[in-house]
Amino acid sequence: MLGFLIRRIIQAIIVMLAVALIAFMMFRFMGDPVSSMVPEHATEQERAEVRERLGLDQPLFVQYGRFVARAATGDFGLSWRNARPVSTLLAERFPATAELVLVAAALSLVVGIPLGIYTALRPNSFNAQMLQFLSLVGISLPTFVTGILLILVFSVWLGWLPSFGRGEVVDIGWWSTGFITASGLKALILPSIMLCLFQLTLIMRLVRAEMMEVLRTDYIKFARARGLRDRAINFRHALRNTLIPVITIFGLQLGGLIAFAIITETVFQWPGMGALFIQAVNFGDVPVMAAYLVLVSFIFVVINTSVDLLYASIDPRLRVDDAGPAGGGH
Amino acid sequence: MATSTLARVWHSDLAWSFRTSKTALISSVLLAIMFAAAIFAPQLATQNPFNIAELELWNSELPPFWVEGGSRQFLLGTDVQARDVYSSILYGLRLSLIVGFASVILAAVIGISLGLLGGFLGGIVDAAIMRFADVLLSFPAILVALLVNGIARGILPPSQHQDAAIYVLILAIGLTNWVQYARTVRGSTMVERQKEYVQAARINGISGPGIMFNHIMPNVMGPVLVIATINLGMAVLTEATLSFLGVGMPATQPSLGTLIRIGNEYLFSGIWWVVIFPSAVLVALVLSVNLLGDWLRDALNPKLR
Amino acid sequence: MHHRLLTTTAAVALGLFASTATAETLRFGASADIYGFDPHGVTSSYDNIFVHNIYEPLVRYSPQLDIEPALATHWEIIEPTRIRYFLREGVTFHDGETFDAEDVAVSLMRAVHPNSPLRGNLPGLVDVEIVDDLTVDLIMSGPSPLLNNFLTNIFIMDAGWMRENNAVEPIDANQGEEGFTTSNANGTGPFMVESRRPDSQTVLVVHSDWWDEPQHNLTRIEHRPISSAATRVAALLSGEIDLIQPAPLQDAARVEAAPGVRMLENPGLRTIMMGFNLTDTLNDGNVEENPLQDIRVRRAIKHAIDMDLIQERIMRGKSRNTAALIAPEVPGFAPELNERLPHDPDLARELLAEAGYPDGFAFNVNCTNDNYVNDEGICQALAAMLARVGLEPRLVAEPRQLHFERAQAGQTDMFMLGWATLPMLDGFSVLSAMLHSPEGSYGTWNPGQYSNPRVDELTQAIAVELDDEARIAMMVEAFGIAKEDLAWLPLHQQPLAWAAREGVEIYQSADDLARLWTVRINR
Repeated sequence: MLGFLIRRIIQAIIVMLAVALIAFMMFRFMGDPVSSMVPEHATEQERAEVRERLGLDQPLFVQYGRFVARAATGDFGLSWRNARPVSTLLAERFPATAELVLVAAALSLVVGIPLGIYTALRPNSFNAQMLQFLSLVGISLPTFVTGILLILVFSVWLGWLPSFGRGEVVDIGWWSTGFITASGLKALILPSIMLCLFQLTLIMRLVRAEMMEVLRTDYIKFARARGLRDRAINFRHALRNTLIPVITIFGLQLGGLIAFAIITETVFQWPGMGALFIQAVNFGDVPVMAAYLVLVSFIFVVINTSVDLLYASIDPRLRVDDAGPAGGGH
Repeated sequence: MATSTLARVWHSDLAWSFRTSKTALISSVLLAIMFAAAIFAPQLATQNPFNIAELELWNSELPPFWVEGGSRQFLLGTDVQARDVYSSILYGLRLSLIVGFASVILAAVIGISLGLLGGFLGGIVDAAIMRFADVLLSFPAILVALLVNGIARGILPPSQHQDAAIYVLILAIGLTNWVQYARTVRGSTMVERQKEYVQAARINGISGPGIMFNHIMPNVMGPVLVIATINLGMAVLTEATLSFLGVGMPATQPSLGTLIRIGNEYLFSGIWWVVIFPSAVLVALVLSVNLLGDWLRDALNPKLR
Repeated sequence: MHHRLLTTTAAVALGLFASTATAETLRFGASADIYGFDPHGVTSSYDNIFVHNIYEPLVRYSPQLDIEPALATHWEIIEPTRIRYFLREGVTFHDGETFDAEDVAVSLMRAVHPNSPLRGNLPGLVDVEIVDDLTVDLIMSGPSPLLNNFLTNIFIMDAGWMRENNAVEPIDANQGEEGFTTSNANGTGPFMVESRRPDSQTVLVVHSDWWDEPQHNLTRIEHRPISSAATRVAALLSGEIDLIQPAPLQDAARVEAAPGVRMLENPGLRTIMMGFNLTDTLNDGNVEENPLQDIRVRRAIKHAIDMDLIQERIMRGKSRNTAALIAPEVPGFAPELNERLPHDPDLARELLAEAGYPDGFAFNVNCTNDNYVNDEGICQALAAMLARVGLEPRLVAEPRQLHFERAQAGQTDMFMLGWATLPMLDGFSVLSAMLHSPEGSYGTWNPGQYSNPRVDELTQAIAVELDDEARIAMMVEAFGIAKEDLAWLPLHQQPLAWAAREGVEIYQSADDLARLWTVRINR
């Protein structure tokens, strides 16, 4: 187990170094870092000085090393767009995205798992078939179309829920939360529904498939033959075996939620990291893009590594290196 | 000969399953119509919406022909720039499918090559490819696509953004979706590698690449087709999403996603036809692809039926 | 320094229920966030008018755009280059400090510091001499007929507060600088900063010790940037926002039809125009030379464009088409400057053929897509019209930050620019920045490098001419030459389009700037 743990952590570090390399290449080769630092009318002498000060005269691997060292302390320099430290920008935006993603993740589990169980247990009922079809519609419906429809119906026609922003937020230390005000909670409803819909259908379909497979196994057939009641079989034996892969996939999909938050934040003008990133892509704001990439990768790597470790501690057979379920979402 | 092949196909399990599945039939008919519409867009359209000289502003914002004020010249109405919505959908569909197919092909080519390479060679090459695949898989496609897009925008001069947009999209989407192919092909290759015909080919002195492409590849194409079908839906969705976010196709060459983005700006001004029709077509396209993919997967994997 | 500004707005509060004023919050939905609070940090007029809630100038524009006393009560020209300002007594900053002459001296010198982005907005200031606690002399390099107009845009900070916080040196947002004053503020204005979350919400609360009699009945202003126009309208319709600016023209009918909200529309001062690249080569052409240098080609472009159609369709009949570079309300305008060349595509083709381009040529057309009213729509329509006479325009529509960077660097062939002559409200603004050959502080917005010696000569003369009549005559002459040369291609004055909840009263100033300290909310 210890060997597995160490291997996984080394792997995570290699991944982060690779991501940092991409981020570094963006910094180094997109746009001229010098011309953004000096006044337009600077002389060649002044440019050379800045070049030296920035360390751009050093060999590339030295520059890369410095970049990693700075990135590790959260220093990504200033945003090209609005000249604020990138780390401050991300720290300001992080709570908004985190709260949105958490609520959406919770929603997709709380709704998706029961629906998946239901459709697996009654695969031929009308409701289950309907749900199965709806789930396909859910996967096919572009999330931005869903968002537009939600705003149109619930904000404009019915006037029940806000169409943009986080409502009133309260600062707790550096964290700004919308969880403890009424308007903050109301503002969360539509965006989190929009964000969770895709994951919800995915989880539902996954639970259904896994559950149906488990129900067909000899182990369950045997339990049935022993005369155990359906309820006991379904919930004590089948569900437990179903949920292990679901948790793994869910870990991976949490990353998907963070990425999809980009679209949700654009549609609902949610002041999170995703909206910041899309602005940066539009403006070619490399420091923000690079920092977002590194931060999000870091979150992914942490989630994936912990899911792997969790998984391995539940199921020792998987401690071989070849684990990692297919998935990934679109 | 041809008839017997046809008959064999007709009586195969897959075909039987196809003939008896309503969803498969309906979705493939829908898809066939949409493919035809995309292929013959220049013939079917009443206007070339990409040629700005054809846009005549005094025809702007006409409603669909059955609504009062509509004109038969513009079946589904026009947008604020007098772009015919019907023609724009045809051309947009064409663009969406071109991007979809091209990126799926790109992804498949990369994935199959790497999968074959890894499966056939094994060892450190295999380990490196598969580790890289694992890492890429843990990044959501939309994020990687956005990143590739952002980098391309940073490198290209702005006047070329428009002309390059379609290639950037294909590259961005293709580069993110090859992993599943690679994994599947690698798995099959490792199995096939052990089989006798490969051993025989080896003994006969056929080169590594020869064996890979002539002997192993044909045997791993089945699962690849399933993945390709499912990926097509995702590729189309990703393209639409990027265009909706404003980093995909430009307004002068709208894809379905761009049309929806433009229409969204006029959501409250009563020009509903600009956003409704492209959205409906996009949903229908992705839904049919997904239904077909779903059916194909179930049909090829009897365990789940 | 007198203006006859024909403002036609009528949305003035009657103040019938002024005595029953209760705690009122104005939730203001804007299209973009402000950069920060530093009053000398950016040149954008939008940022400046918001900061005007917090900081004040020596003299200010009333909502009707007349110059009126603010922190200075009156002024007097001692010599042509020495102007004396008498300061208001009993004004306090938000932190309780008393306002005095030193604050004025330090603030003005901060604004014209060589590192300040605002230095061009107060040209000619050499020094500020403190006469006594409430009197200052502004020493100018030459006669300055527009000094008061300039001063409306230069805000006064507390000298002691700046020193304490190490903020006497200006910061330049364009150069990637940020300081204490970006996120903190201490002015004399009607509102004080309560909190700020960039890109999300900025909250101001009323300053109870304000020296002026408030017209407003607000206790709190919430500034919320909402970049998507459709979302902005949705937020207004669902009652989350009280006032939006701008309101998309295409949604006017929907807003008017909805209960409890209404459009605020008026003609504006901002002239939208296209600039030409007049240098020797095109940036993105398919010919060796630059055809745009040929006046016949520029005329052809003008004849190819049907502004009436654009006005009807894209601008919903709300814009005012123009041939002049300034609005009729701005000094320097004359009716003969506004005679437009007719829409005539055949003539356009003829002119192109005559100039040697019967098959047209390729060039860039650059536009903003988030800055002016329907900017991208206008450009798409323009491009279509140009394509119809055989030209090959390549449209690039970008966010304003990228667009202006590119346009100012001369990387475009035809580019969109809107000019409202702010903060001067005088034709000289166009002459000095856009028509004078680029040299020194002149021609700062002339990246196409239009150059006409007579225009240069007139501009320099106007700069120091104190007699109003003579100035205006010279301005009309200079604008006439520019019109003849088709130095720029004026399109229209864009309309002011805001929308508000019923009961929100604001005077819609012709400069399209929302003076929130004049807002009244009646329930």
